[in-house]
Amino acid sequence: MTWEIVIGLEVHAQLSTHSKIFCGASTEFGAEPNTQADAVSLALPGVLPVLNKGAVERAIKFGLATGSHIAPRSVFARKNYFYPDLPKGYQISQFELPVVGQGALTIQVAPLSGNAKPYEKTVRITRAHLEEDAGKSLHGDFHGMTGIDLNRAGTPLLEIVSEPDMCSAAEAVAYAKALHTLVRWIGICDGNMQEGSFRCDVNVSVRKPGEPLGTRREIKNLNSFKFMQQAIDYEVQWQVDTIENGGTVQQATILFNPDTGETRAMRSKEDAHDYRYFPDPDLLPLEISPEWIEQMRATLPELPQTKQARYVNELGLSAYDASLLTASREMADFFETVLAAVPNDAKICANWIMGELNAQLNRDGLDMTQCPISAQQLGSMLARIVDGTISNAGAKEVFRTMWAEGGEVDAIIEAKGLKQVSDAGAIEKIVDEIMSANTDKVTEYRGGKDKLFGFFVGQAMKASKGQANPAQLNEILKAKLAG
Amino acid sequence: MIPYQPCLNIVFAMSLTTQDVEKVARLARLAMTPSEIETARKQLNGIFGLIAEMQAVDTDGVEPMSHSQDLAQRLREDKVTESNQREAFQAIAPQVEQGLFLVPKVIE
Repeated sequence: MTWEIVIGLEVHAQLSTHSKIFCGASTEFGAEPNTQADAVSLALPGVLPVLNKGAVERAIKFGLATGSHIAPRSVFARKNYFYPDLPKGYQISQFELPVVGQGALTIQVAPLSGNAKPYEKTVRITRAHLEEDAGKSLHGDFHGMTGIDLNRAGTPLLEIVSEPDMCSAAEAVAYAKALHTLVRWIGICDGNMQEGSFRCDVNVSVRKPGEPLGTRREIKNLNSFKFMQQAIDYEVQWQVDTIENGGTVQQATILFNPDTGETRAMRSKEDAHDYRYFPDPDLLPLEISPEWIEQMRATLPELPQTKQARYVNELGLSAYDASLLTASREMADFFETVLAAVPNDAKICANWIMGELNAQLNRDGLDMTQCPISAQQLGSMLARIVDGTISNAGAKEVFRTMWAEGGEVDAIIEAKGLKQVSDAGAIEKIVDEIMSANTDKVTEYRGGKDKLFGFFVGQAMKASKGQANPAQLNEILKAKLAG
Repeated sequence: MIPYQPCLNIVFAMSLTTQDVEKVARLARLAMTPSEIETARKQLNGIFGLIAEMQAVDTDGVEPMSHSQDLAQRLREDKVTESNQREAFQAIAPQVEQGLFLVPKVIE
């Protein structure tokens, strides 16, 4: 029996401002508890919120980067609920008039299993709104009490809500990753998932094709892409099993337990969803002028989607290669610097970066910014492959040496004797010697035993200590053996 | 999370029941006696009567207002202006430990 999976995401991106959204307390991560909780964060009587321009600027940038409508006028609302890490008794958020309206994000989906090809998909963005984060509750050993740290209270968040456009865990992960790349790319969020700077809530439902939407359950607070995939897979299976066994899915908020790989419903609080939103009388409407939007547009870098299109159309790379090379700004900058050394050979740059370089980075647990080989070094090395100075095998040796010890490409080629012999005369001499030492094989080859060609290549390579230019050697061998 | 609708929408068409008042009191964490609930119900119904009168006014073509002052939000530069005053703030807290405010256990 086939089931359709319907997934929508709500992502909370913590905006990378220095100060909080409605007050001048610091947002720096990791400070001692409550040392960044000022009178506004603590909701002491008589305090008033004043909106941070930096938070609005970041929201505008996000809207521009996703081709979204940016509201000329938006309104802050109070979302009312009681919880000790929310001392005001309400969260300031946006409800009817969010700062960012409808937009879209185009993603490259790499299916998680099987041999299916990567494909492109556009996910619609419903809205993105500004709101404040809550504090943290710590359930440690405090004589049966709960500890409250309000450093995080009032940290600016952009909640990005998608349409339920995704229909597999692979698509949901690809969308979340694309969003994660984008917010770091345009510099509005540091994307640190361990520190909670980028948190995903995933709405999942299943239905038979053609039927109305099923009841959704919301998986809260996923902070890793791996967990997201596991949680969705588990949840989909659970919903399908429940329905096929004659049960029904109840709307619920659920948590994923990475240790067991299972999802489970949170104890649902009575009236939990009755937030009684109303416009916050402490805050006037937020107005964003066309001039301000244009100022923000001028600060945006070339976007990953634009770069991807350029890599495909101008450099002839595949859409999938282009999406990997634009996984981060660091990656794209690295690629473009390497490419500058060999402007007509984008493919070789892509292959080395995503092959050898990526493999080594993974092996040593490093990210792009910690790469021991600079883009200039890799570029010079590739230039030596392209101009025939070194073979691919020789290049791997140079690469390993640069990785371990550093050094300059030409000096390494010299020191290790990796220069290919491209001198036709020298290669011809080697070929002649091999042919006269193996006259029987030459006769056999000429008698139709084509397979022996490999033998001659091997012998010649050995005689040249692996330094003969392979293309040139092939050509000379072919000509001479033909007689 | 996108909520469904503001709960105040429920009230305009009809008058409040005792159950409505009990619900609102519970959401606001207010403990009320039956006689207090009855008083509140009458007062609230009076207010809703007033609102119903306003609802009857023809407002076609009038842009909805979210604030009584016709002004826009003034913004603050993104600068840290507050320093650590934990000691002063925690001096008036009922219970603190390791820099944390302690509250009755929250069960999730």
